[in-house]
Amino acid sequence: MADIILEMKNITKEFPGVKALDNVNLVVERGTIHALIGENGAGKSTLMNVLSGIYPYGTYSGEIYYNGKLCRFKTLKESEAENIVIIHQELALIPLLSIGENMFLGNEIRNGAGVIDWNKTYAEAEKHMRQVGLQESPHSLIKDIGTGKQQLVEIAKAFSKNVKLLILDEPTSSLNDEDAKMLLDLLMEFKKQGLTSIIITHKLNEIIYCADKATIIRDGSTIETLVKGVDEFSEDRIIRGMVGRPMNDRYPERENKVQAEVSLEVKDWTVHHPLYPEKVVDDHISFKVHKGEIIGFSGLQGAGRTELAMSIFGRSYGTNISGELYLHGKKTHLRNPEAAIHAGLAYVTEDRKTNGLLLNESIRFNTTLPRLDKISNNGVIDKDKEKIVAEKMREEMGTKTPSIEQKVGNLSGGNQQKALLGKWMFTEPDILIMDEPTRGIDVGAKYDIYCLMNQMVADGKSVVMISSEMPELLGMCDRIYVMNEGRLLAELNAKETTQEEIMGYIIRDS
Amino acid sequence: MAATTAGTAASSSNKRNVINFLTKNSMTIALVAVFILFASLTGGRLLFAQNMSNLLLQNGYVLVMACGMLLCILTGGNIDLSVGSVICMVGGLAAVLITNLGWNPYLTIPICLLVGLAIGAWQGYWIGFVRIPPFITTLAGMFIFRGIGRLVVNNKTVPMQNAAFNNLFTSYINIPGLDVISTKDAPVDNPHIWSPLVIGGIVVLLILLLTAKGRLSKKKNGYHLNSAVMDYGKVVIVSALIMWYCTKLSQYKGISVMLVWVLAVCLIYYFITSKTVIGRYFYAVGGNEKATKLSGINTNRIYFLAYANMGLLAGLCGMLCLARVGSVSGQTGTSFEMDAIASCFIGGASAYGGSGSVGGVVIGALLLGVLNMGMSILGFTDSWQYVVKGSVLLVAVIFDVVSKRKKG
Repeated sequence: MADIILEMKNITKEFPGVKALDNVNLVVERGTIHALIGENGAGKSTLMNVLSGIYPYGTYSGEIYYNGKLCRFKTLKESEAENIVIIHQELALIPLLSIGENMFLGNEIRNGAGVIDWNKTYAEAEKHMRQVGLQESPHSLIKDIGTGKQQLVEIAKAFSKNVKLLILDEPTSSLNDEDAKMLLDLLMEFKKQGLTSIIITHKLNEIIYCADKATIIRDGSTIETLVKGVDEFSEDRIIRGMVGRPMNDRYPERENKVQAEVSLEVKDWTVHHPLYPEKVVDDHISFKVHKGEIIGFSGLQGAGRTELAMSIFGRSYGTNISGELYLHGKKTHLRNPEAAIHAGLAYVTEDRKTNGLLLNESIRFNTTLPRLDKISNNGVIDKDKEKIVAEKMREEMGTKTPSIEQKVGNLSGGNQQKALLGKWMFTEPDILIMDEPTRGIDVGAKYDIYCLMNQMVADGKSVVMISSEMPELLGMCDRIYVMNEGRLLAELNAKETTQEEIMGYIIRDS
Repeated sequence: MAATTAGTAASSSNKRNVINFLTKNSMTIALVAVFILFASLTGGRLLFAQNMSNLLLQNGYVLVMACGMLLCILTGGNIDLSVGSVICMVGGLAAVLITNLGWNPYLTIPICLLVGLAIGAWQGYWIGFVRIPPFITTLAGMFIFRGIGRLVVNNKTVPMQNAAFNNLFTSYINIPGLDVISTKDAPVDNPHIWSPLVIGGIVVLLILLLTAKGRLSKKKNGYHLNSAVMDYGKVVIVSALIMWYCTKLSQYKGISVMLVWVLAVCLIYYFITSKTVIGRYFYAVGGNEKATKLSGINTNRIYFLAYANMGLLAGLCGMLCLARVGSVSGQTGTSFEMDAIASCFIGGASAYGGSGSVGGVVIGALLLGVLNMGMSILGFTDSWQYVVKGSVLLVAVIFDVVSKRKKG
């Protein structure tokens, strides 16, 4: 009889309009490394947030048994009291505090009078740092050590909480190969000492390297659990599990209307990180899109796709941008987003709440913002005209709302996305760049958005789609560019390629 | 049974409408309530023609400053702390140039306005293009311009007795024929001031005409039309208020030029914030700067404009204050910015930016003004006035935040 440390039974978690988890089951054996795999948005992180109490008991259905005991965590503190520690992809460290201060933030070691005992704090910090092999002074500031070491600080922090079940969300995504291998070796070392880890990762080679079991999640449901030494445990096998959903008519039919004329061409486009100018985010990328064509960009998060799109859209991201940009065959320099909009570009952001919409303003306000010049005379807005055009865009997008005066923040995710699209369609773009246009919205709204894309290309416009959902790219695009870590790996004909081929390019490059 | 359900549904939707109306106009209602309260507490003394005339004149500079402050606050709850100091410096400059150096007031006024604009542009440059936090930039400005202001007046009180200058700001409009004024030198049997009534009547007619014209053009173009009762009901209420106020003015000296200045500024900024593209951008920047930037709007420029404009209005206020008080000293304008900021927040501007209106700001400033005047008449000490004003500010903002939270 295996020693089960954690069992999650029939976990279902819904967000407004989206079922993120649907009857998910997960069984983790004590003293193993258990990998959780799935595409972006499959529900891995949601599941771990349910486990750790970030989504408190009552907001999901199903049961969690930890050490055979039914658990109802309402806060992160409660799960930590059971020695379950989660380390997020975005490290929760405060750059201007020292390693020691960070490790005991929220768990400060106090003396009898309630005053922090710094000597003991730093001694304890050092002890746990040695445990994870971190050779630094506990007084060093977080901002002065590299990402790899920061990851180690998080793990040392977990040890200071006497961790028994460690959850790592994409721990190696920001590490180089050497640091990543060191981290995995460390996990395997701890396994020998009895620690149980759940690791969420995209990097299949890492799973093959260190995991004992791998549970595959797809579209919010558990598909299967593979066991090393029992099942076939290879990259190809895992990829098949990850993407093996049936392709049915989730994508509207479209005639091929690709024209010979190239509407947008980019040559040798190189972009540097805005805060760390030595870091290259996009490395000599060249691509083109024809009139009447939908092209897609595939890749993992951090592949540099959003950065590529935004840097093209009036240099709204990055520094030291170099390369050439041609619009309808003419070399063009787009100085700022305003110039890009007037040149016929539109960029529909992946992050509609931060970069796309003014949540406290109405649909009308949001729709007309990028082109107020279209509804004003000498700088004075014609409010009646504004209402009419906003209403027209709402109808065309099929946004479901009582009125265009509704605050965008009160709409559902799908309708927000439609409001955002309405805003950009109002600019009458020739080239529509859509960044994760269907993220976090339901199937019906997705279909509407696909129809809109088809309508665009039928009118002789061009669409550039960035998506992490490969079936969507295969279903909608004419050509697909594959990117990884800022480099263009391949250009594929969407009709001839497969998800396995695309994933293969990415995996082999990682 | 069905009828009862329908009845309950209708009454609950009515109830919701009433609650909506009350929260939307809460500050107007508060102003009316405070006004009635003080009118009765003072035994009607608050309503004396002289007090009513002074209510707007005393608070004129607050209204002008608050219009500028609103634009700053719209960009994201940012305030300008330097306003009081700029008033001192520009007012002092005007006083020194005209009184001490004998400059022509018609030349001095534009120069002083330009100086105000330049100060605003200086601060706006750091805030908008270098992204120094507004609080710090304007705190520095508060010290710097207070210091320069004191240097300009040389730490003395500089009087302003130039008749041309004072006439431009503090005289009363008296139209020969309509207004017959009795003075000691030339006593008249039947003195009367009719010009406010005539001008008020013209304004009322204009409002009526504009409303009718707007409705006609909306009808012609097939746009959504409010019910006639609502539109004309508003006209009736506003007209009644205007005529009542003009009656008060006709009982005390008439319409002040200062009033014209202040109303002009309020109307201009009402127009800018509610009808123009540039006004829309202030709301957009405060609502979500990143999204606004990606919508092709130069957000740096918007910050710059907010503070440059604030400098210009502070300059104008400097001269309004100089004319009304009759002199400038090193202390002139101290903590004036706080009245403007308080007016904005009492008037419903969001402390996070992105929402607020000139109408609200006017209500906020008037509420503070009525409180001040009412308490002065009742003989409250300064100390108590501060306590009451502070409490009103806090209550107003708490109400705003809580009522928004419930809806969200």
